[in-house]
Amino acid sequence: MDESGRSGLGQIAMMPIHFLMGVLDAPLRWLQRATGINGMAAFFLLPNMMIFGVFVLLPFFINFAYSMTGGTALFLPDRSFVGADQYARLFDCGSYIDPGSCAEDTFWTAVRNTGWFVVLQVTLMILVSLVTALILNRELMARSFWRAVFFFPVLLSPVVVGLIWKWILQRQGLLNFGLYSLGFDPYVWLNDRNWSFAATIGVSIWAHMGFYTLILLAGLQAIPKDLYEAAEMDGTRPARAFWRITLPLLMPNLLVVVVLVLIRAVQIFDEVYVLTGGGPGTSTLYLTQYIYETGFAAQLRNPGLAAAASILMGAVLVVLTLLQLGLGRSEKKGGRK
Amino acid sequence: MSAIVRFLTRRRGGKGWHWTDIVTWAWLVGGLLIMFGPAVWLVGSSFKSPAALAEFPPTILPYVTQKVTVEGYDKPLDLYEATLEDGSTVVLAEVRRIGVTSQMVDPAKPGEIIKVNIAKRTPVREMSFATANYTEPFTHFDFVRYLWNSVFVTVTATLITLIVNSMAAFALSKYEFRGRTVAMLVILATLMVPLSVIMVPLYSIVSALGLFNNLWGVILPTVATPTGVFILRQYMLTIPDELVDAARMDKASEWQIYWRIILPLTAPALAVLAIFSVVWRWNDFLWPLIVLSRKELYTLQVGLSIYSGELNVQWHFILAMTVVTMIPVVLVFIFLQRFITTGIAGTGLK
Repeated sequence: MDESGRSGLGQIAMMPIHFLMGVLDAPLRWLQRATGINGMAAFFLLPNMMIFGVFVLLPFFINFAYSMTGGTALFLPDRSFVGADQYARLFDCGSYIDPGSCAEDTFWTAVRNTGWFVVLQVTLMILVSLVTALILNRELMARSFWRAVFFFPVLLSPVVVGLIWKWILQRQGLLNFGLYSLGFDPYVWLNDRNWSFAATIGVSIWAHMGFYTLILLAGLQAIPKDLYEAAEMDGTRPARAFWRITLPLLMPNLLVVVVLVLIRAVQIFDEVYVLTGGGPGTSTLYLTQYIYETGFAAQLRNPGLAAAASILMGAVLVVLTLLQLGLGRSEKKGGRK
Repeated sequence: MSAIVRFLTRRRGGKGWHWTDIVTWAWLVGGLLIMFGPAVWLVGSSFKSPAALAEFPPTILPYVTQKVTVEGYDKPLDLYEATLEDGSTVVLAEVRRIGVTSQMVDPAKPGEIIKVNIAKRTPVREMSFATANYTEPFTHFDFVRYLWNSVFVTVTATLITLIVNSMAAFALSKYEFRGRTVAMLVILATLMVPLSVIMVPLYSIVSALGLFNNLWGVILPTVATPTGVFILRQYMLTIPDELVDAARMDKASEWQIYWRIILPLTAPALAVLAIFSVVWRWNDFLWPLIVLSRKELYTLQVGLSIYSGELNVQWHFILAMTVVTMIPVVLVFIFLQRFITTGIAGTGLK
């Protein structure tokens, strides 16, 4: 589309690309003659499918094989078959309520931590992003500015997020400065098991709430305004309008967001790894970090066990993803958005 | 101006402040502080000298103690404002400190030592930006290398993502062939296998291909993203098939149709995907952490996290490097904020 009137600079920048694409044309014409027009579909699909097959599909299936092998060797052929031993090891517990009684006690600690993290983080995340979306949906000046304010941390890298908050929560940090100004003693927050756990929840909400706020806001804006006008005409109080109009009509979006937050929360790793490193002790050790450490940390390396644990986590994620896809479909069928 | 006043005083129901107005403003202003505050604090701190960083309570702006060169002393001395026994205050330079007593000299009369209790002196301070925090990592550490690795990974991965995904999307939107639904379903299924689930076998495959400790080992597993294929396919479905048919009449090859007709028309969707790919790849952490174990191959994110573990005391370098790591994403945010936020709301991308 050379005649589309693009700027001269863009045109020059595109020149090598056009040249490359042009060079490819002759051999591809030949291919087209050999395969026919619809045969070219396979050619266009090929690069994606190859990369996808090698780096997603293949590992997905090999994962099952891995989980049935033992030892510390890396390559599958070098590993010994142990059947369901790794799973048996993961489930070898005196009592499932007490992680200390399990053969693989860090796994159950990670499961329990992740469970609590998911429950608390998802609840708070939904509450905070729903309130923010409702507020951004009011008649506001510079709404796009406020929207951007809450969205900003979403783009930051997890490492940066972790470091920012590590810096604020440390002994000489901003939080202690604020408390000190109010007359409290400084405290080393991240050395405290409970505060450290709370920090991982707070920081992950800080980092991601803007994204969910945006989805909920889009849902809110799709609710027809005349519904509220009619309700007002009938003398309906705003609180009642919220429960009877806003919430039911937002429900499809809300459910999708709940499942999305769940999927993300189960896999939490990066920002926590930088912020607390899983500590103090094992108080913020979550599943992904358990898999990472079991599979890759030099001394304890046990790829088979890590694969077995990741399959258990994957099972949970598959259920959640199917739920999300189902919800997404019913939302579209409803004809909204 | 009057619009602003009208806006600021707009209330629910017209008269008096409704409680929801107060909640709204408290939430927005609180949000502004909580969302931007930490990043601003980080940037401000990154200009402080190590001594200023260790200080508690911290100052808002970066200050350093003023120094003065005094005759007879090799190093510049710190300047203090000291209260003498007769109650007068003078500006003195500290020579050394013994216990609670500080030995000081008047910079004008360097011969005579004056002893002052350390409680009776306060440093003379001036504002100073410790730009060395930024320049030193460039010379002392492999910082430039990390930066280059990150740029290389981001740019290459984004280009490949755009090409490979748009080709797949073209095939899935403009051709009728057996197995199209299967291909779609298989791509869709990837959504269920995130990295955290397959990292053990993926690691062995990447090693088997000789890509361990290789930037391509970071790039390749990320480029066939299902979200990309779906966004582009949805967009290409809106391009009329007649256009493709007309081009075929004109004897254009399928390849030409792809890059001369479909690609330029898909530009808006490609731009959205490009922005997101840049942010994703720039921010990637777990996978590079696994694949790269040689220092000279670290990306910024990996280098930063390793340094923050190793050099726990050197916060001044870590903060400055963190700020540099933030820059590209903040630029993307400033210039493309409008597109990103509407793009997300429309596609549920991320």
